[in-house]
This record gives sequence, C-alpha cells and structure tokens, in this order.
Amino acid sequence: MRDELLSIIEKNSRIGLNELAVLLGTTEENVLKELETLEREEIICGYHTLINWEKTSIEKVTALIEVRVTPQRGQGFDKIAQRIYNYPEVKAVYLISGGFDLLVILEEKTLREISNFVSDKLAPLETILSTATHFILKKYKDYGTVLSKGSEDEREIITP
Amino acid sequence: MTKELSNKVINLKPSGIRKFFDLVSEMNDVISLGVGEPDFDTPWHIRDEGIYAFEKGKTFYTSNKGLKELRTEIVNYIKRTQGIEYDPDNEVIVTVGGSEAIDIGLRALINDGDEVIIPQPSYVSYEPCTILANAKPIIVNLKAENEFRLKPDELLSAITPKTKVLILPYPNNPTGAVMDKNDLEAIRQIIIDNDLYVLSDEIYSELSYKEKHISIATLVGMKERTILINGFSKSYAMTGWRLGYALAPKEIIKQMTKIHQFAIMCAPTISQYAAVEALKNGDEDVNLMRQSYNQRRRYLLNAFKEMGIECFEPYGAFYVFPSIKEFNMTSEEFAKRLLEEEKVAAIPGNAFGQSGEGHLRISYAYSLENLKKAMERLNRFVTKLRINVKINV
Repeated sequence: MRDELLSIIEKNSRIGLNELAVLLGTTEENVLKELETLEREEIICGYHTLINWEKTSIEKVTALIEVRVTPQRGQGFDKIAQRIYNYPEVKAVYLISGGFDLLVILEEKTLREISNFVSDKLAPLETILSTATHFILKKYKDYGTVLSKGSEDEREIITP
Repeated sequence: MTKELSNKVINLKPSGIRKFFDLVSEMNDVISLGVGEPDFDTPWHIRDEGIYAFEKGKTFYTSNKGLKELRTEIVNYIKRTQGIEYDPDNEVIVTVGGSEAIDIGLRALINDGDEVIIPQPSYVSYEPCTILANAKPIIVNLKAENEFRLKPDELLSAITPKTKVLILPYPNNPTGAVMDKNDLEAIRQIIIDNDLYVLSDEIYSELSYKEKHISIATLVGMKERTILINGFSKSYAMTGWRLGYALAPKEIIKQMTKIHQFAIMCAPTISQYAAVEALKNGDEDVNLMRQSYNQRRRYLLNAFKEMGIECFEPYGAFYVFPSIKEFNMTSEEFAKRLLEEEKVAAIPGNAFGQSGEGHLRISYAYSLENLKKAMERLNRFVTKLRINVKINV
C-alpha cells in the first residue's frame, strides 16, 4: 500500500482519507495510520502546492546557482551546505557530481535581489571558490507536471 | 448499377454502438463513459522509437508475418508472462490490431456451415466475422449471476457435431469479467473431448486486477488447438498504431499468413518498430497504467455501492457492467435518457449481445475527475428516477 499511497499523494495531497481508502481498497483507519507513520519517519516531509507563479501578478525570479567549494576537513560539504540552506530565500540545495559541487536554487522578487544575494552573501563565504548564476526564463514542466497544457480528449466519443 | 451487392454483407446488422454514437455526436458538453480505448497517451519512449524509425527511413514493407525482431520479442513476452514457448519463425504473426487476428483466425479455421460458439456479452466483431467466414454463430448468453464467466454446462449445451471453434473473450469487454485458472480448467476437458479449436482473445490480459492473467493455452492439451490473440492497443495505450498478433500452431499460422499476405501484406512498419521498444522496455508503463485503472475501478465500484446500484466486481479490462434492472427500462431507454437528461454517455449493454440487456457498459478509461463528475450526474439521475417511481406507486 505504501508505494501506491505515496504515488497518489505526491500528485494530489488534498485528497481525502475516504477517497484514498477507496482508491487503495483499504480502510480509512489503515490509510491514516500509514500516513502518520510516513510523517513520523520523515518520508513525507510536507504537503506543498504546485503554483504556476507566471500566471499571477506576483513577480518571482528563480536562479540556479552552480557553486564550487572546498570541502572542509571532517565535515565534507555538509557544513557549507547548511550555511547556504539556512537563508530562507534559498529554495533548494543539492550536492552534485560533475563540474561543480552544490546546486543552489534561489527565489527572489527581482534580478537585483538575486545578484545581491550572490555577491553579498554567497560569494564571500570563505570556502566558496566560484559561482555561476543561471536565471530561469520559462518553466515548461515542474515536479513532473507540464504547466499550462490544456490538452483535450482526442478520442472518438464512443468506441466499441 | 443494377446488380445487387453482397447479400451476406447487406444482411449484417450494423453495430448497436453506431446508433448510439450518432445520437451522442449531435450533443455538446457530454461526459462520455463510452470509450473502449485507454485515455493515456502512448508512453513517450515508445513514440520516440517510432519517430526514430521514421528518421532512419524504416518506411518499407516488412516480411508478411512481421519483423523478426518483433516476433522474437512477442515470443519472449509470452514466455515470461505465460511460461509457454512458441517458435518465432512459424508460430506467430503480427496483425493490424487484434481485430485482424480475429478475422483471419476464424477464416483460417472455418469451412462452410461450421458452428462457432460465441459467449455474449462480448466484443462486437466476433459474430459478423463468423458470418463473413460462412460459419454459423452459436450464441451463449452468459449470466450475471455467474459474473459473466463461461460455465461448463453452458458450453456443453451449445456444442453440436458441427461445432468447430469456441471464442473465449477474457478479460472481457464489456463486462470486465475474467476467467481464472479454475474456470478454465472446468471447460478444458469439454473442449478436448469435442475436438474444438479455441480463439482466445486476450487483448486485455495486462489489465487484470486480482491475479495475473492466465491464458487457456497454458493448460494441458490446449496450446495445440488455441489461437492466442493479443496486441498493443490496450496494454501499451497504442490503439491508433493498429498492431496486434496471434500465436498458434504452425499449420494454423501458415494459413492465416496466406490471408494476411493477400489482404494486408504486412502490419504498419513504423508501429512494429515502436512495438519492439514497448515489449523491451514497457513493463513499468504497463504497471503504472494498471495501478491507475485499478484505483478508478475501485472508485466506481464504491460509487455504485453508495448509489445502491447493483454491480458485480469485475477484475479485468477497464469496464464495469452495472445492472439497471431495478428501473424497469431497457438498456437503450436508460442510456438514452441518461444522455438527454444528464449528458452522460454510457453504452447500453445489449449492444454487446442480448444477454447484456439490463446493463450498462461504463468505461473507466477516464481521469478520476471526469469519473467523479459523471458519477454526480448519474447519482442525480437515479435519485430522480427512484422518486418518480415512488410517486407513481
């Protein structure tokens, strides 16, 4: 049940217990128990909403920042990652294999705020060797969902 | 022209679905539950392979029986899912959908006047294909109380000295019924004793929700008398690619290949290349789609339960087949009024044979949101009908 439950609520966290129980062929109590276990085990870490901000009047600029750092003795990348992710404007920090070490996703209202963050907060950190900032121009697909697709059912309305 | 067209064709009844289609197509804003094909797009990696095949110029005929690579993958697939072995060179043919396999399979088996046993409700093409092959269809009217499975006594009473073929359509369209191993074992000896061929249409085999589908060809003494039909339409959401196949003993495939060779030449080449990809790397897609169908199946069964509409639990395909007998209307009347009053299109059960009367075929090849809207409307409709009944009493 666990995998199927997760795959349903990953796409629709608003779904009710009753409906989950029907879809999974089990009882509401079982679903609730499993959800609580998943939360306790921190497998479920939150219930977020996927918003296409481009369609709102709220301005948001997203940047992907490649960061090269010097790993610190005994702490590897964890300490520097923590210093970065503690900033609330940082949406995500990933340790990456390849040409750089950390990928930082930053969300701000304006380009200037992003550049200030990089020049004032990120670049001066002493273990950081270099940064490269990429701005997102358009989001086509996010979290497995194609944004603004509006596809229609192209099937014949009745078929045998 | 004054000379008459073929009487055999003129006398064929048009499909009951056609009538209903004409009615629906005149209306706007209809929520349809009437579709017999998946709502998923063909998985992207399969489409991608089709595009590559175009780019590489794979635009020529293949061999009549289909690409060797595809036949090999089909044989591998049947081995890993059913545990039976076929020879890719002589015991498999790639066809234009399962439909062609049904047609040429029957034509390869039948002599004039032979009888073909067709359990109904079932897919609309078995009876006309039988008639076109100059055989006599013998209809077995399956019963709701048996959950529309074919029972040994029903089969026995349909058999005459002229019986040649049994069509076995499970998992079933339109009822969603499945025949499990015990059900199949129960009719096996009758088939062998009466020396029948079996045309087993297993196009919905991957959409089995209780246990894995078991082909009748896996039973002792059955492989040598069975044409196993399957295809890509339902399992991989590839209806428009028109690709199916048949597995059967060498001598049968040899005769089927002759008809196919003269009537069709070969199945679409691009589709065949895409199908190779589907069989090689498509298992996970099938699992995800099955999981999704199963959730919707549970949702509908629960919705009918809450509405108090009688419906046996079907474990296959993507249809439920609820009974509407309590409303004292024919299936057609009910479906017509449901369409006119609530704009929901569901196919009357009798379109699939007389024994489907009193039922509706409801497809769950739709998103949950769509099904929810449709169930709200259906609920409103049956509530109204029940109130009217009370007033009239």
